[in-house]
Amino acid sequence: MGIDVKRERLVLFELWGYNMKFDFDDTAAAISTPVGKGGISIVRMSGKESLLILEKVFKPAGNKKVSEIESHTVTYGHIFNGDKNIDEVLVIVMLAPRTYTREDVVEINCHGGIKVVKSILDILIKNGARMALPGEFTKRAFLNGRIDLSQAEAVIDLINAKTELSERASLNRLEGRLSKKINELREKILTMTAHIEVNIDYPEHEDEEFSYNMVFEKTSEILREVNHLIETSDMGRIINEGVKTVILGKPNVGKSSLMNCLLDEERAIVTDIPGTTRDALEENINIRGISLNVIDTAGIRVTDDIIEKIGVEKSKIYARNADFIFFVVDGSEELSYEDLEILNFIKKFNKKTIIILNKSDLEQKLDFDELLEYIDENYVLSISAKDGIGIDKLFDKIKELFLAGEIDINDEVMISNERNKVSLINAKQSLENVIETVKNKMPQDFFSMDLTDAYSYLGEIIGESIGEDVIDKIFSEFCLGK
Amino acid sequence: MKGCAIMRYDAQKADVIVVGGGHAGCEAALAAARMGLKTILFAINLDSIAMMPCNPNIGGSSKGHLVREIDALGGEMGKNIDKTYIQTRMLNRGKGPAVYSLRAQADKSRYHTEMKKTLENTDNLIIKQGEVIEILTEGGKVTGVVSESGAVYGCGAIVLCMGTYIKSRCLYGDTIINSGPNGLRNSTKLSESLKNLGIKIFRFKTGTPARVDKRTIDFSKMSVQEGDSQIVPFSFENLEKDIKREQIPCYLTYTNEETHNIIKNNLDRSPLYGGVIDGTGPRYCPSIEDKVVRFSDKERHQIFVEPEGEDTNEMYIQGMSTSLPEDVQVAMYRTVPGLENCQITRAAYAIEYDCIDATQLKLSLEFKNIKGLFSAGQFNGTSGYEEAAAQGIIGGINAALFIKGEEPLILDRSDAYIGVLIDDIVTKGSREPYRMMTSRAEYRLILRQDNADLRLTEKGYGAGLISEERYRKFLEKKVLIEKEIERVINVNVPPSEDVNSFIEKRGGSLLSTGAKLSELIKRPELNYEDLAFTDVNRPVLPNDVKEQVNIQIKYEGYIKRQLMQVEQYKKMETKVLSPDIDYFSMKGLRIEAQQKLSQIKPHNVGQASRISGVSPADISVLLVNLEAMRE
Repeated sequence: MGIDVKRERLVLFELWGYNMKFDFDDTAAAISTPVGKGGISIVRMSGKESLLILEKVFKPAGNKKVSEIESHTVTYGHIFNGDKNIDEVLVIVMLAPRTYTREDVVEINCHGGIKVVKSILDILIKNGARMALPGEFTKRAFLNGRIDLSQAEAVIDLINAKTELSERASLNRLEGRLSKKINELREKILTMTAHIEVNIDYPEHEDEEFSYNMVFEKTSEILREVNHLIETSDMGRIINEGVKTVILGKPNVGKSSLMNCLLDEERAIVTDIPGTTRDALEENINIRGISLNVIDTAGIRVTDDIIEKIGVEKSKIYARNADFIFFVVDGSEELSYEDLEILNFIKKFNKKTIIILNKSDLEQKLDFDELLEYIDENYVLSISAKDGIGIDKLFDKIKELFLAGEIDINDEVMISNERNKVSLINAKQSLENVIETVKNKMPQDFFSMDLTDAYSYLGEIIGESIGEDVIDKIFSEFCLGK
Repeated sequence: MKGCAIMRYDAQKADVIVVGGGHAGCEAALAAARMGLKTILFAINLDSIAMMPCNPNIGGSSKGHLVREIDALGGEMGKNIDKTYIQTRMLNRGKGPAVYSLRAQADKSRYHTEMKKTLENTDNLIIKQGEVIEILTEGGKVTGVVSESGAVYGCGAIVLCMGTYIKSRCLYGDTIINSGPNGLRNSTKLSESLKNLGIKIFRFKTGTPARVDKRTIDFSKMSVQEGDSQIVPFSFENLEKDIKREQIPCYLTYTNEETHNIIKNNLDRSPLYGGVIDGTGPRYCPSIEDKVVRFSDKERHQIFVEPEGEDTNEMYIQGMSTSLPEDVQVAMYRTVPGLENCQITRAAYAIEYDCIDATQLKLSLEFKNIKGLFSAGQFNGTSGYEEAAAQGIIGGINAALFIKGEEPLILDRSDAYIGVLIDDIVTKGSREPYRMMTSRAEYRLILRQDNADLRLTEKGYGAGLISEERYRKFLEKKVLIEKEIERVINVNVPPSEDVNSFIEKRGGSLLSTGAKLSELIKRPELNYEDLAFTDVNRPVLPNDVKEQVNIQIKYEGYIKRQLMQVEQYKKMETKVLSPDIDYFSMKGLRIEAQQKLSQIKPHNVGQASRISGVSPADISVLLVNLEAMRE
């Protein structure tokens, strides 16, 4: 298939708003089974380097070599992370072109459960694979002419419908822990609901003790955890989607030098933050593990006169939408009227900002005290972007600003999208209703209504509905009958 | 029978034929006849009309709701139990008004006699003893039935209410008897006729415990359970004084380790564990051997001993349903305190029977591909007398409306427990006999047993099952409730000494300024009745009106929230799906969803979303396609 046809198909994808920038010569990996369900999970990898990567992580039984495995056969062995044995697996190697994507495909059938599956995926990524984007395997299949437009369209439709499928796909990634956490909370609610309901549906069933205290304590405990998830939600989005960052400053203060410093840093670090969708207008840069999406307006590298060009008002619009602002001022000049306008704005909206006094190599004329009326001294840095002086300090500052010592990315479960946050806030409201009802000593029927609501709101986050869960729980836990 | 075919002859014609005289059949036949249609009810034995082959009670959690709903629609079950109860209790008091559950112990024999008497004295209704062996159809529409004697009865609609009689067999351990419940004759031929019509048949099982001679029970070793002193009638047409009578107690005892050992040692003789039974049994009424195996850490299980009637010594042993053989039954029953010397009059058994996959039915209970053929009751894969009767009245009403060429009566999940029940079985299907539970109802704060009349009388009246007099009384009651609520909202209560000392006694916080009476009623420690002393202009009102005023004011906040949920739900329920939609040609639907939607043919998008195997994504795709079709 000629490259032109490929490009044409790629254009089609872009037109559908399925905006994923990646070169399709690399190798992608993903968990292909629902996370946390079933006894067995499958991690799938597709692309030219699939076998090379497999060789680094998989030891087939009986000293067989990966290169000796026949296509479309099953091989037993172990996945290793360096010297550490991670899991006992079955591996299926399928060589191009007789595969779903028409690329070399490897499927690793491992044990179920979130932890093992995620660590296998992590190992593949560590060894050169890239996290697959939602629907990427289908996209590859389509780009390689394996499936036709209508088939792909159906899949894409579903994914774009922002429903279960895309939810699942994203759960497979960063949010595996989230789904585990949500499941735990739901299980607690379900158990409590079953205890209340069994009392109602089997009034004479004597073994079930019910008390306001029990409901109060358990609900409070769940509520605390939900609140914590909500608190971490902004951080979660930042980690998942990147920090919306804008560089502001008068013409010729050195914004493009700063951008180049940031980009140099980026080139030194391999970015593997999953789920980052890059806007064409943004440059994604990884600084000390923080992913910054720096607004890279068309002119920013061509000309320095951004304020002149877009004006103060436009700058404010950028600032309003940003999570983080670099405000570059020229230390060798006094603060201008435009500078003060922007500083006022930043102060008013309490935006996370670092003021960069550029041109530290020249004589300093700026009134430092005036600057401190707008911002904490801590967040004013002198650098010389041109010479790279003070850049390390800047990077440390950025890290400090976003990680502040209070949140450890590795151990926290985080909520990363708005819709999930809304579901959490709804769940919180329902749980608060339960507590209110309990405090008022209302009859028990009134809390099960809100408990069920909380259960179903949490379910929205992981794409689960209620169905017969409560009834199944009652029958599995209690001994009832004629 | 081949080779000596029975001669067929035209016997007579009717509008509606009801096959079966159990709880579903009685309601179906009464509804159709009362709606003015010529109706024939067939029962395999007229002495088994409205028979209660298992537990001797009507009502209970959520089932009591069903009975009151049946009554509000103009059905008979509530009136019949009011005539024949021997004990009654309101269960779940204190757990919230939505889950109050009325339950009565029935005199089984009188329950049957009274119901038969009602059928016999209903205009347009004929009851006949005989087995229906074939359903006749022409061009996908029913035309009549054939009885075992070869008599052909022409009709326009049929309601199948065969309960557990179809190809049933009873298992007493290794002894297997081909019979219906309680030793009655089963029906062996109709199943084939239904299969020939393309109807999919399942095999379910259930069971019943033994009956024991009262004279051989030592009640002193059991605790007594008396009925309530205040009697609440099931029927909205009855008042307490109309039905008040002497009550008979029930008893409570327990199994013990010895009982469990006998069961464990004889498990190999249980058809359940020996693999003889292949029907699917219900999780909610496991046999005692099930309980002992599944909950092996439990030291004892509750056993309720309940009278089967006033004129009999037989007692029902609730909690010891089993399919173990008779000798094991005797041994294990005799380990229970109070039953040491018991004489079993009827042994426990498991029963296995044919029933249908209810997803073949529409929400009206008519088969999707056979016009005029309706199905109701345990034959639809449910369990319980009340569940059966609830479907029976809907099946009967809709068979009659079908003949009249009118739209069917469909209750939705926010109208009634009956709506929840029918929507569940025709949408989700059932892998086990379906039992009604309050936990199945999403909007139960609205679906209370106390307001069943307010919810459904209008619908019963519309169908023609509510008399003018009853309807007039109903309208009066509604007005009284509205007026009184209006009044209470406007009554000011001053912070007087009387009021504050009363509030103090109840442990509430005292009034410093005046408050609205309705605000005080909302307080957890107070209610409408309590505050009569401070409400000088209060009119004299009947109890049921006072109850409504109290509940509607006291729980207003919760009820309002539930009503908002109902509004959300109704949005999807009003997006109607034509039965002609070709789901297989819908772009973007997953294959499983295409198959399920084509099979169930949901009535609306809400119902579609409740089908297992149809995901939220499929519903989005479905909505997009609907939008496209509209354009």
